[in-house]
Amino acid sequence: MSVPPAPPLALLAELTHRCPLQCPYCSNPLELDRANAEMDTAAWQNVLDQAAAMGILQVHFSGGEPMARGDLADLVRHAARAGLYSNLITSAVLLDERRAAALAEAGLDHVQISFQGTEAGPADVVAGYSGAHEKKLRAARLTRDAGLPLTVNAVMHRGNLDRIEATIAMAADLGAARLEVAHVQYYGWGLKNRAALIPTRAQLEHTTAAVMAARERLKGVMVIDYVVPDYYAARPKACMGGWGRQFVNITPSGRVLPCHAAETIPGLAFESVRDRPLAAIWADSPAFRRFRGTDWMPEPCRSCDRREVDWGGCRCQAFALAGDAAATDPACALSPKHGDVLALAERESAVMAPPAFVYRRMEKIPVLEPGKK
Amino acid sequence: MSERRVIGEASAPSLPRHVKLRRDESRGQWVLLAPERVLVPDDIAVEILQRLDGQATVGAVADDLAEKYRSPRAEVLHDVIEMLQDLADKGFLAA
Ligand code: SF4
Ligand code: SF4
Repeated sequence: MSVPPAPPLALLAELTHRCPLQCPYCSNPLELDRANAEMDTAAWQNVLDQAAAMGILQVHFSGGEPMARGDLADLVRHAARAGLYSNLITSAVLLDERRAAALAEAGLDHVQISFQGTEAGPADVVAGYSGAHEKKLRAARLTRDAGLPLTVNAVMHRGNLDRIEATIAMAADLGAARLEVAHVQYYGWGLKNRAALIPTRAQLEHTTAAVMAARERLKGVMVIDYVVPDYYAARPKACMGGWGRQFVNITPSGRVLPCHAAETIPGLAFESVRDRPLAAIWADSPAFRRFRGTDWMPEPCRSCDRREVDWGGCRCQAFALAGDAAATDPACALSPKHGDVLALAERESAVMAPPAFVYRRMEKIPVLEPGKK
Repeated sequence: MSERRVIGEASAPSLPRHVKLRRDESRGQWVLLAPERVLVPDDIAVEILQRLDGQATVGAVADDLAEKYRSPRAEVLHDVIEMLQDLADKGFLAA
């Protein structure tokens, strides 16, 4: 038996897959958990206690839209009592004065609000929700008024990258201490919509330059996090800090995943906190052990001096692009598939009229109407 | 929008609400928690951070540490300012 792995630093608690928005790049799986499959308050509280006991330091409440759960403030309070640092990752359309105050009072440490753009029209088209942008602006101000620190998460793609300067100005204007310029990730819904979302190389270069200039200008005022999208990068990012190393993700129904997209990989069986303690699943469940560390690696990773830097990149992306989750992430220039990926990015982004979005939607459960024909 | 915070001897910084200094028992270390980030400050940094309450000035913190570690005050002050300015620029210090 090998030494047990160090505990994760953070827990991503996907409280629900319900969400009033329909972003075409949503990181939720194509198969969404339904409301009646969600864990209840007591089950989540138990998870938070287990997390703190095993040495987890932070909890990110996410979803779906975590504010769709009426017990969010109770869970935040529970996390604070357990000594966990809490962050709310929200679309903010459900955040009003009353709820902002309740969350602040419950001990929430930080709020992250995602934005789809800088102007109501186009932003609302991406969100698939009319009025979303105005609500977000208002919610961001309410967040600051409630004394809560704010991160603006700007999800960038072909359709809004030309507005990068306006995006940075909006975040600074809202009093955000941090801005995340996040490029869409291509798995799940994002992969479905890749051809409509993937930026051109010119857009990317413009964005990088704008971010560098703003970082200098806003030093000490607003921190800007920025990662070059994988398809155009020379080396992959250390996805989740390595499989089963720093993060653990729990789905609304309690399945324990190494990353929120892990269920896109076929052949892995994920255990549930309903059946076994979190620490035990983390330590020895086969799905976590499958890609933990470096033993699973093929060449060129196996003998690469970056193998403990980027851990071979993203497993979900390797599956999506190379058809093999155990391959070197094709985002890496050393992967034999890298050339194909680059060509694909350039080809798709060069199409003048991108295809229409496929919106993230739950398949409607048919309503039975007895008596009607 | 606020200004960049410049740390000097007379500043009296504190940790903002979203940055927490905590003892991490399971790993036997101190950590500085912020959204998406976990910093592991060294022993001296922890000593400095523990003294920040929005009242104590950087100068007073330097006095204290210079005495405790019997080091020249000017050097200590320089190190304290350097460390705090770096934290402030990363958004870890209250403006
Ligand atoms: S990405 Fe959009 S649709 Fe998906 S959970 Fe977030 S706000 Fe909702
Ligand atoms: S070969 Fe593997 S370990 Fe080396 S940089 Fe590429 S993905 Fe990372």
